[in-house]
Amino acid sequence: MLAFLIRRLVQAALVMLVVASIAFLMFRFLGDPITNLLPEDATEQDRAEMSQKLGLNDPFLVQYGRFISNVAQGDFGQSYRNNRPVSDLLVERFPATAELVLVAALLSLMLGIPLGIYTALNPSGWISQGLQIISLLGISVPTFVTGILLILIFSVNLHWLPSFGRGEVVDLGWWTTGFLTVAGLKALVLPSVMLALFQMTLIMRLVRAEMLEVLRTDYIKFAHARGIPNRIVNFKYALKNTLIPVMTIFGLQLGGLIAFAIITETVFQWPGMGFLFIQAVNFTDVPVMAAYLVLVSLIFVVINTIVDLLYHVVDPRLRMERPSASRGV
Amino acid sequence: MKTSGLVLAAVSAMALNVGGASAETFRLGSSGDLYGMDPHSMTDSFTVAFLHHVYEPLVRYDASLGTEPALATEWEWVSETTARYHLREGVTFHDGQEFTAEDVVASINRAIHPDSPVRGNMAGVIGAVAVDDFTVDITLEGPSPLLNNYLTNIYIMDRGWLEEHDSLDPIDAQKGEEGYTTSNANGTGPFILKSRTPDAKTVLTVNEGWWDEPVHNLTQIELNPINSDATRVAALLSGELDMIFPSPLQDARRIAGTDGIKVMQAPGLRTIMMGFNLSDTLNNSDADGNPLKDLRVRQAIAESISYDLLHEKIMRGTSRSAGTLVAPDVSGFDAEVDAISAYDPEAAKAKLAEAGYADGFRLAMNCPNDRYVNDAEICQALSAMMARVGIEVALTTETKSLHFQRARAGETDMFMLGWATLPMLDGFSVLSAMLHTPEGQYGTWNPGGYSNPEVDRLTTAVAVELDADKRVEMTIAALKIADDELAWLPLHQQPLSWAARDVVEIPQTADDKPRLWLAQIAN
Repeated sequence: MLAFLIRRLVQAALVMLVVASIAFLMFRFLGDPITNLLPEDATEQDRAEMSQKLGLNDPFLVQYGRFISNVAQGDFGQSYRNNRPVSDLLVERFPATAELVLVAALLSLMLGIPLGIYTALNPSGWISQGLQIISLLGISVPTFVTGILLILIFSVNLHWLPSFGRGEVVDLGWWTTGFLTVAGLKALVLPSVMLALFQMTLIMRLVRAEMLEVLRTDYIKFAHARGIPNRIVNFKYALKNTLIPVMTIFGLQLGGLIAFAIITETVFQWPGMGFLFIQAVNFTDVPVMAAYLVLVSLIFVVINTIVDLLYHVVDPRLRMERPSASRGV
Repeated sequence: MKTSGLVLAAVSAMALNVGGASAETFRLGSSGDLYGMDPHSMTDSFTVAFLHHVYEPLVRYDASLGTEPALATEWEWVSETTARYHLREGVTFHDGQEFTAEDVVASINRAIHPDSPVRGNMAGVIGAVAVDDFTVDITLEGPSPLLNNYLTNIYIMDRGWLEEHDSLDPIDAQKGEEGYTTSNANGTGPFILKSRTPDAKTVLTVNEGWWDEPVHNLTQIELNPINSDATRVAALLSGELDMIFPSPLQDARRIAGTDGIKVMQAPGLRTIMMGFNLSDTLNNSDADGNPLKDLRVRQAIAESISYDLLHEKIMRGTSRSAGTLVAPDVSGFDAEVDAISAYDPEAAKAKLAEAGYADGFRLAMNCPNDRYVNDAEICQALSAMMARVGIEVALTTETKSLHFQRARAGETDMFMLGWATLPMLDGFSVLSAMLHTPEGQYGTWNPGGYSNPEVDRLTTAVAVELDADKRVEMTIAALKIADDELAWLPLHQQPLSWAARDVVEIPQTADDKPRLWLAQIAN
């Protein structure tokens, strides 16, 4: 188990190094940040000075080495545009994204699972058919379109919910939350629905497919044959086995939610990390972009590693040490 | 019965108003956020414009873009290199401190500090000295006719407050400094900073003790940056905002068609133009040498362009076609120079043949696609029009940071540039940056390498000429030469587009700066 853990950690570190390198290389092609940072009528001397300050005059390898060694120490440098340490900016923006993703995840689970069960148990009912069609739309319509539609209906026409921002937030010191005010909660509704929609339809379809599969297996048939009530067979026996793969997928999709939040945050001017990233792209703010990419990949790597470890805990077959590994001196 | 109906209507109107704000709160939606509250730490024109609500300069632009007294009441030149400003008495900062000459001296020295990003906007200023409590001398390297124009952008901060918060020197953001002044403010302006959340909301409350007679009827200003065009428009239509700027041009008709909403459009100061590569060879061409160096070829290009088509089809009738490099509000504009070359593809072909390019030639054109109004569309239209007279255009449109990098490095044959002459609002801006031969402070934006000794001479003369009439005359003369020689190809002034609720009254100035201290919300 320990050997496995160490192997996984080394792999994770390698992945992070590769991501950081790719991020660095990519941003070499994004153009010149200086034009965006200086006024139009800046002189050549101003440009040279700025370039010197940002360390853009150094040879490529020096810049790369400095970047990697700083990143390894968790230092992403200064944001060109905001003039502040990138890590401060990310820490400041994290609560907004975390709350949005949390609500979206809960929404997609609490709606996706019951709907999936319903459509599996009543596969030919017209409600199920309707849900299936709607879920297809949910998967295929781009999220920014749904976002704009939600704004059009609930903000512009009905005036029920705000179209942008986080509403009022309460400052808890190191965390700002929108959960404690009415305006904050209202502001959460549309963006979290937009973000949840894709995940929700995914979970619904997954639950339905898995459940139909399980309902066809022998032990369910035997359970029915023994006269066990449908409710117990469906929810106690079938559902349990359905949810194992669903939970796995959901865990992996959490990373996707954080990544997808970029679009939601842009549409709703949600002051989170994804929005920070988009702003950074507009200003060629390389340090912020690099930090965001590294952070998001870190989240993916951590979730994946945890999922792998959980498999080991859950499934005894994987825990068997392979002979080659146990023989090592 | 009647009364209760009214009450009901009022209550439901309030319920509909999602923001829940009173009528005298002005909720402004902008496309980007402020860079911070420190007026000497950035040159971003929107930030500088908005900070004018909190901080004030010695001299300010009025609603017709002329200069008028602000914190200084009058001024005169004591010598060729010294300008004396007499300050307004009885002005207090938001924290209650009295405004005196000390504050002006500290602010000007802060703005021209070597670490200050705004020092470029104070060309030639050496320093400031207090003569007495309400008189300040500003010393310069030489005569500077544009000093007042420069000063409109230099805001006055409180010396005591700066000292107290260890901020007398400007913040050098790139060294990792984040000053107290980035998120706090103490000015003399009509509004006081109440709260600020970057990228989310900045709130100002009215300054009851403002020295000037308020024209506005506002009690509060909320600035809401909303990056996405669609969301910004939706927020206005849903009643969450009182005004948005910019308002997307392509949605203008739909927005204007909404009850209770109006669109305000006017040509702005920013002139959109094409630059020519005038070096010895083109980057992407099958012609020998550089055909663009031949004036007849540049004239042929100008004649191949239908300004009417650009104006009507691409800009939907909102732009102002331009024949000179500065907008009508800018000093140095002359209606005669502004005459536009006639659309005449036959004459263009004849000129090309005369220059030895009867079969045409190929060149590369580069444009940004996220910087100016319809920038990429304009270039597509241009390349189609030029193709008709035989010039084959290899068009590249890309993000602004790549575009300007390439244009500045001279890696293109024709490129797009927009120039608003801000902050100085004077033709000298064009002369010094775009027309003077590149050397030292001059020619920063002249990568095409246009060079004319007479233009150079006029530029350096305009820089120090204190006689306003002579200055304008020389500026016009230089711009006339540039026009005759087609140093650049001016296209149009792109439109400003704001949208607001009907109850909002605000002057729309060509410099695209909403001045909310001149705004009224009718109730």
